[in-house]
Amino acid sequence: MTAEQRGATPAREGRNMLGHFLGLMGKTVFTALVLAFFVIPVLWLVFAPFDAHPSLNVKLPEFTFNNFKVLLANPNAIGSLGNSLILALGSMVLVLVLGSLASYSLSRVRIPGRDVLLYTLLLLSSIITGTAAMVPTFLLMVKLGLIDSQFGVILVLSGGILPTVIFILKDFMDSTPKSYEESARLYGARPLRILWDVVIPLARPGLATIAVWAVVQVWGNFLVPYILLRSPSKSPAAVVMYTFYTEGGQPNLALISAFSLLFSVPVIAMYFFVNRRYGFRFHGGIKS
Amino acid sequence: MASITTNSLVKEYPGGVRGVDEMDVTINDGEFFALLGPSGCGKTTLLRTIAGLEKSTSGSIRIGDREVTNLEPGQRRVAMVFQDYALFPHMSIADNISYPLKIQKVSKQERRTSAEDVGGKLSLQGLLERRPGQLSGGQQQRVALARAVSSRPDVFLFDEPLSNLDARLRLEARTFLKKLQLDLGVTTVFVTHDQAEALALADRIAVMRSGKLQQLGTPREVFQRPANTFVASFVGSTPMNLLEGTVRDGQVQIGNSAVPLPQSAAGLAGEGQTVTWGARPEYLDVATSTKAGSLAGSVTVSENLGAAVLLTVQLDGHDQDVQVVVGEDFEPAIGTSVWVTSEPRRTLLFDSEGLRIGD
Repeated sequence: MTAEQRGATPAREGRNMLGHFLGLMGKTVFTALVLAFFVIPVLWLVFAPFDAHPSLNVKLPEFTFNNFKVLLANPNAIGSLGNSLILALGSMVLVLVLGSLASYSLSRVRIPGRDVLLYTLLLLSSIITGTAAMVPTFLLMVKLGLIDSQFGVILVLSGGILPTVIFILKDFMDSTPKSYEESARLYGARPLRILWDVVIPLARPGLATIAVWAVVQVWGNFLVPYILLRSPSKSPAAVVMYTFYTEGGQPNLALISAFSLLFSVPVIAMYFFVNRRYGFRFHGGIKS
Repeated sequence: MASITTNSLVKEYPGGVRGVDEMDVTINDGEFFALLGPSGCGKTTLLRTIAGLEKSTSGSIRIGDREVTNLEPGQRRVAMVFQDYALFPHMSIADNISYPLKIQKVSKQERRTSAEDVGGKLSLQGLLERRPGQLSGGQQQRVALARAVSSRPDVFLFDEPLSNLDARLRLEARTFLKKLQLDLGVTTVFVTHDQAEALALADRIAVMRSGKLQQLGTPREVFQRPANTFVASFVGSTPMNLLEGTVRDGQVQIGNSAVPLPQSAAGLAGEGQTVTWGARPEYLDVATSTKAGSLAGSVTVSENLGAAVLLTVQLDGHDQDVQVVVGEDFEPAIGTSVWVTSEPRRTLLFDSEGLRIGD
């Protein structure tokens, strides 16, 4: 009995080690694949703009700044980044102002069916800026005379973002203790004053999150400006990038890669700036 | 500086619950006034209705010679200190203190001067640049008081001002609060569920229960001459003994014993009437041998209070216990037979409705 047991033990150990090894291998390979999936596009974004002959493959570049020179010569490229900035910042300001006011009042005033309203808005918001409602939205903008107007684009994009913004901000507003406001009220502060002096400063991490999110949403949006804007001089970067073709009708990878890099830099820079300054938080909560 | 008068004030919540029920109270100019009662008695609702944070259902409120019933909170010239102090966490102490002046559009320079001035009075020098989160509970409370002072109100309203402080600090803050109120001479209403706090601080106390006023009087009146059994049992650090009995031959029969009729009720209680005999544990004494007019019983619990001992005595032939505070030197063994003696001028008689008989 004992001899048999002794004989069996090393074999079982060997099997265990093999299983462990295979498991580890599997995990590593899986992680590497997932990592590659996300990293390779980023590597392309960093390498291709400096490559004399960019292709869709990731490879070490034959180093050149020529792609950027060509890009600067393009009449619409740099201006379109400015247009993106106008659309993004315009929507951000509109969304922050309207979102704070709406979420504060929804947080403080009891309306029957408030939660249903919020959830319905959230559900519909994805449709407003989506493909499904594009025809009615287009017709509406035609009637309003807001075709080929950056303001029109800002309105439509903000409309799509607002429900989510209100939903998130309401949580921040809810978590501000009522006694802060009552205290300010007793000293004669009016509601707008209280919002500005007390509630907004406390909801600042939430507002920062919302601001970044709104900018990113608008910055990357292609469909709405593509449909509502006509003049190339008003188009944002996401739309202009679509026009970068060679004479042969092939995508001009030299231009596209260089432009993509410039296109992503502002968003990344803003992320680091806001994270440093305010920190991101997705829910409210005041320590008292 | 002003008096406060409420006239048949009612605050009814949706669903018909009355937080404040037909309140008629006059709080005199410069008075330190306590609203006392158990939680849910409507004392905070009354305070918030005076402040204007709750809208009254009917009745009226006057502050000084102004009718304020329908005024906005900001127009009533009242300052309130909240239980959680409600200091703005994102503002410095100086900005917190001078916030009322900011609303009044006072210049930055004057606000700073005022914050230093008021902060100095409440010993907050050197803390003005800090944030509320960096201060201790006691300091935070003084900042809340300073903010109230800087708005120069007619009336101060304090909601449970001492409840967020630990026991030792509370005593210190209590003395500080009383001195501050005396110095400023501003009419002050404060809410508390702690009877000791009310007795120690207030010039007059309103005892409330279920939105209704039970008794209004000086701490001495409320303590010595409670209007009913509720006030009698609520006020006092050890609740008053309230024993069921019957009037017989000019005495009160309680179980197997009979005690003399309280002086205040002499000639007012009819033969055979069911009554409640009330005596504070502090006013009772025990004897180890039988005495006329004493309650016979045996000791069941003995609790040391430091300078005194609280005895619980089970009465012979009666299902209620009686508590007695005796000197620290008297520590009878459990089960010892004792006779509880009382003084007729220190005891009270209540009728079957719970109302005090006599004055």
